[in-house]
Amino acid sequence: MRKFKEFIIEKLILISGLASIFFVILIFLFLLKEGLALFKIESPLKFLFGRSWYPISEPPQLGILPLILGSLLVTVGAAVISIPIGVGCAIYIAEIAPVKIKEILKAGVELLAAIPSVVLGFIGMVTLVPLVKTVFHLPTGLTALSGSIMLAFMAMPTIVSIAEDALYSVPKNYKEGALALGATHWQAIWRVMLPAASSGILAAIMLGIGRVIGETMAVMMITGNAAVIPHSILAPVRTLTATIAAEMGEAVVGSEHYLALFAIGIVLFVMSFAINVTADLFLHKRE
Amino acid sequence: MRNPYRTQKIAFFFLFLATLLIVVPVGLIVLIIIQKGLPAINWQFLSDIPRQGMRAGGIFPVIVGTIYLVIGAIIFALPIGLLAAIYLSEYSKDNLLTRIIKLSIVNLAGVPSVVYGLFGLALFVVFLKFGVSILSGSLTLGIMILPVIITTSREALESVPYSFREVSLSLGASKWQTIRHIVLPNAIPGILTGTILGLGRAAGETAPILFTVAAFYLPRLPSSIFDQAMALPYHLYVISTQVPNVDEKVRYGTAFVLLALVLFMNLVAIIIRYKFRKKKKW
Amino acid sequence: MVKFEIHDLNVCFGSVRALKEVNMEIQANEILSVIGPSNSGKTTFLRTLNRLSDLNTNFKMTGSVELEREDIRGINIELLRRKIGMVFALPLPLPLSIFDNVAYGVRMHGEKKKKVLEEKVAEALQQAYLWEEVKGRLDESAFKLSGGQQQRLCIARTLAVGPEVILFDEPCSGLDPISTAKVEDAMVKLKEKYTLVLVTNNVKQAARVGDKTVFFLNGELIELDKTDKIFTAPRDKRTDDYIRGKFG
Repeated sequence: MRKFKEFIIEKLILISGLASIFFVILIFLFLLKEGLALFKIESPLKFLFGRSWYPISEPPQLGILPLILGSLLVTVGAAVISIPIGVGCAIYIAEIAPVKIKEILKAGVELLAAIPSVVLGFIGMVTLVPLVKTVFHLPTGLTALSGSIMLAFMAMPTIVSIAEDALYSVPKNYKEGALALGATHWQAIWRVMLPAASSGILAAIMLGIGRVIGETMAVMMITGNAAVIPHSILAPVRTLTATIAAEMGEAVVGSEHYLALFAIGIVLFVMSFAINVTADLFLHKRE
Repeated sequence: MRNPYRTQKIAFFFLFLATLLIVVPVGLIVLIIIQKGLPAINWQFLSDIPRQGMRAGGIFPVIVGTIYLVIGAIIFALPIGLLAAIYLSEYSKDNLLTRIIKLSIVNLAGVPSVVYGLFGLALFVVFLKFGVSILSGSLTLGIMILPVIITTSREALESVPYSFREVSLSLGASKWQTIRHIVLPNAIPGILTGTILGLGRAAGETAPILFTVAAFYLPRLPSSIFDQAMALPYHLYVISTQVPNVDEKVRYGTAFVLLALVLFMNLVAIIIRYKFRKKKKW
Repeated sequence: MVKFEIHDLNVCFGSVRALKEVNMEIQANEILSVIGPSNSGKTTFLRTLNRLSDLNTNFKMTGSVELEREDIRGINIELLRRKIGMVFALPLPLPLSIFDNVAYGVRMHGEKKKKVLEEKVAEALQQAYLWEEVKGRLDESAFKLSGGQQQRLCIARTLAVGPEVILFDEPCSGLDPISTAKVEDAMVKLKEKYTLVLVTNNVKQAARVGDKTVFFLNGELIELDKTDKIFTAPRDKRTDDYIRGKFG
């Protein structure tokens, strides 16, 4: 009897082990099921590179280039802000911060990671957006810049914690060797530790960027939702993610608009898949 | 030659600045929400239903909805996640299959939350015909937090010293007996930590519930898992962007409740993790 | 009576050969001391007997090991490990109370009755010479005991299951001389009921305790004989060198 129970349990364990593979495939399949149906009606090239996104016009124009550019602009902006600050903070926490403060700092960063994105979007709306509007004398603060800044905050905890792990796992004798040769602490960091931790730091950055690309609520609340090709970072934009979130409520199930939103989902899924796989490779390269 | 110590001083200064740029705004954000949200918190706010088109009244059904969703998510994610973690920790070998499983977990963790929403819509709402319901929402959230549960549970299991397993097996116990009586009980604090962190995640996410369960306004509480529900993150979004002229206090109050809920759960998880480390008997 | 018959035993871990063409017998109700320098294969040999070596995925074995004429690979592995218990090098109490530690194996084999468990625990602790020291505090955590007491607890834990053979893998390596003496006394008394195989780095201990002694070198069985013969007039020069401390 016990043998039989154990057999069943061990089979369940195996099935659960395979569950994550199953779910990834399932997600991809369902996205494809709906999204690919779009490409019977419209050509993929026109979809990806079309410059007009007017899904509710007759006939609907479903070019997502403005959305891609919107996502890109916001992401690049966020990257420019979050990478130096994030990596810098990681170095500070890992190498320079006094031990007692280290834990407080790490807690602070973890705290930031825990804040739900809709809360950050809300705060961005009421503090950052009016600020950007005043500082840059714009008609509205709902811009790509505001989005970039807020998203940078969301990327930074990821970058900080993974980069800090990477620095922490650099073997101590690398640093000690450099110091023994007369290098200053900073020189040891800059010339020895950072290069040694580079693949981990790169992975940290990629995962942080991945988080930014996938972010929905905060961008929806502060980038203005204008689905047109942006001409500057101070213009309102629409990202791929916000488009899905904002328009799915209105799209009729099965309509072209509906299918197009799923097609955008495929684009997002593929992008995050690529980023995650590459980042994972970098993280395991060290091993 | 440039003084390397001067370079160091400058570099360290900028690094310190970078740290401040992250840590200080976090503190400010939390402070603002507390300062402006706390005044709104009173028993009426927490126990009343929304009135006047959500400009006044309370957020009781919203809180209840969030609780239902979160419980539903964990009912789905914990058993599967724990068993999957046991597989990875105790049964998997160092081969391609294991590598693919780990890669899948990393991917599930990285899928954008709005894509989870699409998936939940396509699979649960439309294909399985569960409709826009607590069931669809919970299942979607459950899959979303699965990677968190698996990863933290696996770490907890792997931290149990290998020697215990050897001892148990050498006494003639079976592999499952060893897991059930020795490994699992000693991994429970870590598993609990991960579960609570997963709950915190599920409570705060908006995009996955947008098309799978969220209701703009429900006059009465949901009575079955096939009902729609209101939820804190979605409610905050709605009253910040869709409903005009909402009192600032109400908005901040909602943000406060959501933030307090999520941070409280994270705090509990951290305390468990800390006390467990101190209490570890080996 | 012959307890173990080992024929042409070869053990490999991947491409590394740990045991080469081992042929020997182990007699029942005797203590067999296994000596040799590190990496000589003695621990591998021990762990092959109760098939703990199976836990290593690279493990391969040819030849046969027979427990009372039955090939150990044909016996149900949980049953085999009930018959062949093991005491490890470091005291390894499970994170349980003293009582639960000793009762663990018995419980896992299906015994639920409290009375039976209490009897078996008491008997095992007595045989391990630990009963007097712990009988009043069986509910306390096993980690509260000293190193020597923990090791005797591990012996009791193994005895409670009712084995026929007990394997000892350098059991006194972490213990002070007094605890070591207590463990050795327990071992000598135990051979009346059980067959013991003792792997040890301490040549003098092997001489004190073992009825027979076997010397391994680089995975090969060099010499097996009565202990006093090995230590006074070994046949092989290598045995002699090792015993005198010329290497190892």
